[in-house]
Amino acid sequence: MSATTQSRTAPDRRTTSKTARLLGDRRLPVLVTAALFLVMYIAGLSRYQNYGFAEPQVFMNLFIDNSYLLVAAVGATFVILSGGIDLSVGSVIGFTTMFTAWLVERQGMPILLVIPLALAVGAVGGFLMGYVIQNFEIQPFIVTLAGLFLFRGLCLVISKESISITDSSVSSMAQAQVSLGAGFLSVGAIVALVVLAAAFYVLHYTRFGRRVYAIGGNEQSAMLMGLPQGGTKIAVYTVSGFCSALAGLLFTLYIQSGDPLHATGMELDAIAAVVIGGTLLTGGSGYVLGTVFGVLVLGLIKSIIQFEGTLSSWWTKIATGVLLCAFILIQRAMTARKKT
Amino acid sequence: MTTTSRWRALTHHQLFWPVAVLVVLLLVNIPFTPDFFSIRMSDGHLYGSLVSIVLFGSPLILVAVGMTLVIATGGIDLSVGAVVAIAGALACSYMSGQADQNALSGVLLAMGLALLAALVCGLWNGFLVARMGIQPIIATLIIMVAGRGVAQLITDGQIITVNSEPYKLIGGGYWLTLPFSIFVVAVVVAVTVALTRRTALGLLVESVGGNAEASRLVGIRSRRIKIMVYVFCALCAGIAGLMISSNTSAADGNNAGLWIELDAILAVVIGGTSLLGGRFSIGGTVVGALVIQTLTTTIYTIGVPTQTNLVFKAVVVIVVCLLQSPKFRAKVFGTKGRGRATGPAETAAVAEAAPKMEVSR
Repeated sequence: MSATTQSRTAPDRRTTSKTARLLGDRRLPVLVTAALFLVMYIAGLSRYQNYGFAEPQVFMNLFIDNSYLLVAAVGATFVILSGGIDLSVGSVIGFTTMFTAWLVERQGMPILLVIPLALAVGAVGGFLMGYVIQNFEIQPFIVTLAGLFLFRGLCLVISKESISITDSSVSSMAQAQVSLGAGFLSVGAIVALVVLAAAFYVLHYTRFGRRVYAIGGNEQSAMLMGLPQGGTKIAVYTVSGFCSALAGLLFTLYIQSGDPLHATGMELDAIAAVVIGGTLLTGGSGYVLGTVFGVLVLGLIKSIIQFEGTLSSWWTKIATGVLLCAFILIQRAMTARKKT
Repeated sequence: MTTTSRWRALTHHQLFWPVAVLVVLLLVNIPFTPDFFSIRMSDGHLYGSLVSIVLFGSPLILVAVGMTLVIATGGIDLSVGAVVAIAGALACSYMSGQADQNALSGVLLAMGLALLAALVCGLWNGFLVARMGIQPIIATLIIMVAGRGVAQLITDGQIITVNSEPYKLIGGGYWLTLPFSIFVVAVVVAVTVALTRRTALGLLVESVGGNAEASRLVGIRSRRIKIMVYVFCALCAGIAGLMISSNTSAADGNNAGLWIELDAILAVVIGGTSLLGGRFSIGGTVVGALVIQTLTTTIYTIGVPTQTNLVFKAVVVIVVCLLQSPKFRAKVFGTKGRGRATGPAETAAVAEAAPKMEVSR
C-alpha cells in the first residue's frame, strides 16, 4: 500500500502548494471517510450516552449487521478498481438466499454441501458476465444489468413465496458467537473480516492486484505493457460474483430465510459504500480499507437512526444520497487538480 | 431484381427489425388468445389488448423517449425511476390536502408542482454532468438513491390515495374513445421529433454525443445541450410519474416506477440507439418500448407463469446485446468482412433476429 502511494505521488512533487499536495494524495478520501466515521461515532456517543451507545457491542454490531454488505462491497471494490461496474450484486445475493433456502428446506440437502454449491453458482455467474464483457466488448453496465434481471428472475422461478429456514444446523451456525473480551462477533462478521483481509492481501501484495489497478488506471497502457488484461477482467467479475454469493450466504444466515425480494437494490448500497470509501469510479485508484469505512459509515447511519427512534427509515436513503454526492464532489476536486 | 433490392432497402431500414419483432410478438398471441386483435366499443370507450398495451406502455414510452436523448449525448440517466416516484408522490400529497379534490385548479397546481420538482431533478443531474464533469452513471445515481427516500418522505411512508376525477383523466381516463394517455404520449413524441428532426437540435445532440470536446470547439454549447437533455428526460419522467399515480389513483413512494430506468434503457437499445451516443432514433425507441410492453402482456396472456417475466427479459437483453457486438458476430457468423461492407444496418438487422426466436418458443 505504501509503495503504491509513494510511486504514484512522486511526479506530483512540482505542485508545491500545500493544498494541492493534499488534494493530490490518494489516501485523502479514505482519511476523510475515516474522520467522518469517527466524528459520527463521537457525536453518537455524546448524544446517546444514556442509551448504551458507548457499549463495545454497539460497535461490534456494526460488523454483525453489515457483514453481508461488507463482503458485497469488497467484491464491488475489485470491479470498480478495474474501471467496471457490477449491477448484479443485489440480485445474486437474493438468488443465493433463495437457492440456499430451497436446497436446505425443500430438497433436504445438508448446509455444508449447499455452501460450496451456492458459491460456485455465484462465481460461474460472475465468470460468464466477465467473459461476455471481455470477449464481446459489451459495456459492463448492460451485461450486469442483464445479470440483475436474470438472477432476480431465477429467484422467482424457484418460488414466488419466501422460504423460511428451520434447519437446526443453519440456526446453530447463525447463533454461534465468538467472544472477543468486550463483546462478541457472529460467524458472518468473522467471515466478512477474513474476506476483507484476503482482499487487502490480494489487491496490494499480489500480481493480480497490481493488474487490477493497472487496468483500471489505463487499459490501453496496461495492454501495451503486456499485462493479460482479458484474464484479469474476467477474474475481477468472477471475484465479484463469488463475493456476492458469499454475501448472499451471510445474508441467509443473518435473516434465516430465502425471499425473492431479499436485497433488492443492494448493488446501490455496495457501490455507494465503495464510492464513500474513496475509490474512484473511473477505476485505478482507491483502497479496500476505504470500502470498510464506507460500509461502517452506512451502518452507523442506520444505527444512529435506530437510536434516534423518531426518524423514519427513509432518512437512511436520503443521508446515503447526500454523502454520495459529497464524496463524488471531493473526488471530482481531486481529479481536476491532478490534471492541471 | 427490383424486388430483392427493394426488400434489401426495407430490411436495411433502421426501424425494420424492431418493428418485425413487435409484429412477431403480437402474432404469437393469436394461437393463445384468438380475439387478441379485436377491439370492441363499450360505454363509448375502445377496449382490447392492443389498446391496453398502449395504455400501460405509455409511461415507459415517455421515459424511454427522454432517455433516448440523454443516451444520444453519450450519457445515461438512472434517476428516472426516482423522479417518477417523486412526481407522483408530490402531486398526490398536494391533492389529498385539498378540500375539493375535483377542483381543476388544484389538480393543475399539483401537476405543476410535480413537474417543477422533476425539472429541478433534471437541472441537478445536468449541472453535475455538464458543469462538474461527473460521469453520468454516478451523477444520476445520487438522485436514484436519495430520490426514493425523498418520495417516501413526501408520502410519509404511506400509500396516499386520491379521489379526483380530473386527475384520473391523465393516466386512466378516456378522451375521444381512446385512453387519454395516448394523446399525451403522441404530443410529447411529436414535439420531440419536430424539435430534433425539423430543427438543428437533433444534429447538435448527436454531435455532442459523438465528441463533446470537438463540438465545443466548433462552437456548439455542448454543456447547455447536455443540461437541456437531462431536464427534458426528467420532465418526461415527471409526466410518466403523474400517469402512473393517476392510473392507480395512488402514490407509492417505494414501488412507483421501480426498475423503469432499466426498462427504458432496454427500450432505447432495442430501438437501435447506440449506448455510446452520437446517434438516436425516437421512432425506434417508441417501438422498443412497445416491444417490452407487448412482451409483458404476452407473458400474461399466454399463461406463462408471470415470474419468468424477468428471465425472459434477461434473455432478450443478452441476445440483443450479443448480436449488436461486432466481435460476437465475427466469431459466430464469420461476417467480419461482410459486416464491414454493409455497415450499421446489418448490425441492427442481425441484432433483432434472435429475440423473436427466444420469445416465440
